Amino acid sequence: MKKLINDPEHVVAESVEGFGWAHSDIVEVRLDPLLVLRRGGAVAGKVGLVSGGGAGHEPLHAGFVGVGMLDAAVPGAVFTSPTPDQILPGLTAADSGSGVLAIVKNYTGDVLNFETAVELAEDEGVSVAVVVVDDDVAVKDSLYTAGRRGVAGTVAVEKIAGAAAERGDDLASVAAIAARVNANVRSMGVALTACTVPHVGRPSFDLPDDEVEIGIGIHGEPGRHRIPAASADVITGMLLDPVLEDLEVARGENVLLFVNGMGGTPQSELYVVYRQAHRLLEERGIIVARSLVGNYVTSLEMQGASVTVLRLDDELTELWDAPVHTAALRW
Amino acid sequence: MTLDVAWAQRWARESAAAIAAAKDELVELDRQIGDGDHGENLNRGFQAVVLKLDLIPDAPPLIGDVLKTVATTLMSSVGGASGPLYGTAFLRAAKVSGLAELDAHAVVALLEGALEGITARGKAQVGEKTMVDAWSPAVDAAVLAADAGASPEDVLVAAESAAAAGAEATIALVATKGRASYLGERSIGHKDPGAASSVILLQAAVRACGAPA
Repeated sequence: MKKLINDPEHVVAESVEGFGWAHSDIVEVRLDPLLVLRRGGAVAGKVGLVSGGGAGHEPLHAGFVGVGMLDAAVPGAVFTSPTPDQILPGLTAADSGSGVLAIVKNYTGDVLNFETAVELAEDEGVSVAVVVVDDDVAVKDSLYTAGRRGVAGTVAVEKIAGAAAERGDDLASVAAIAARVNANVRSMGVALTACTVPHVGRPSFDLPDDEVEIGIGIHGEPGRHRIPAASADVITGMLLDPVLEDLEVARGENVLLFVNGMGGTPQSELYVVYRQAHRLLEERGIIVARSLVGNYVTSLEMQGASVTVLRLDDELTELWDAPVHTAALRW
Repeated sequence: MTLDVAWAQRWARESAAAIAAAKDELVELDRQIGDGDHGENLNRGFQAVVLKLDLIPDAPPLIGDVLKTVATTLMSSVGGASGPLYGTAFLRAAKVSGLAELDAHAVVALLEGALEGITARGKAQVGEKTMVDAWSPAVDAAVLAADAGASPEDVLVAAESAAAAGAEATIALVATKGRASYLGERSIGHKDPGAASSVILLQAAVRACGAPA
């Protein structure tokens, strides 16, 4: 294993500390427990937005703290949910008295730790609403699984709910917007290689050189099935089809098309994937009204990508376009 | 051998040592059907438990006090799903163990409390390839042993061997809860890491009695 780290035990804290220094105009970092807060603290009259989860998905979530998105991000150890005693000060710091929306990706660990922290925050008098993001169509949402995972669609939920909070919506309205985004966003990913968690020191699964893993998550866990490596166009179709099928996007509808890199795939390849996804959508008469391409929800140095489609209406489009100023997303 | 506060402290320390020794094995099990962090996370949690116990100079009066320290430390240092699950398990076990010494039926109550904590938090049932598949048969075996007049120590031995059999039986199961459920049928053929670590904790409870594990 070759990595630009000092000690695997300290990689998350050192990275977050560096992040805080690099973006001190936008965020404040607390080291014990580890928290990334919007500079200047909770904004009076505004619903606070808090998200968190295991590290290793950077820039998610700390990169989205700032005006128009999150008020606090709570990073856990690599691929490991933060603990309730760490999430709790994130929730209280983000509360200006208008309540807090917690945005949780649907993984058993994240849900259980956030659930516990929310109980504790409510005991302290903070109103908390929770939205659980589950946009990954690779996992069947049934009684027989822990439910679909939260992956790249989380960026859309954080951006749009953040804009709703910024314009002054109350907690119930911000939570409803977040739920609406989640109901209209779907993703599917592919891995070309596994990734290596620093304190484990070897790849998280074994993937032969001539195979790719379809339906990958973002924690280095294996996907649904393996296929022989194929062209970008073929793989893009395999990712987009189940997304569109599940979302039931109709001809003439507007969408946001988001091609997300897993961390180890060059931007140029992401645009090759974007090109084919864009073409396939146009062939079906679906209008690509907005787009996003880049590494936003990563899985360490994994090579691969995911395709996300969000069905847009006028309000969601307006909220997507609203100003945002964070380390990783700004316009 | 009485199951007193000193036993509970030994249980916590034995658990920490056993989890540290089994860390790589748990990582490997979790790597096959999860994300490979179970051994690391639990080890971090139990090492924190040992540090916490070292800071408490005098033995607390009740077994529940020790278990509560274990619970809150695990909850705040493990992360992942196993932090809240084991944390809640030890918390519920602590609640029913406000005693200086456990008789056979109090051991059963402790184990039942742990199982209730796990199912309340994780909402898993028997047969879903989770730690419940170790704890549930453990509780059943403990009840039978206690009703048959076994000593507290033998109740733990019965629970531990039933848990071990339950953990082995998870190999044949399809996971329907937790991260392994994403694999569907591909989860068959692998032992559930949470069930495996549950057995390690129960083995430690037996070892803390001074009896052969």
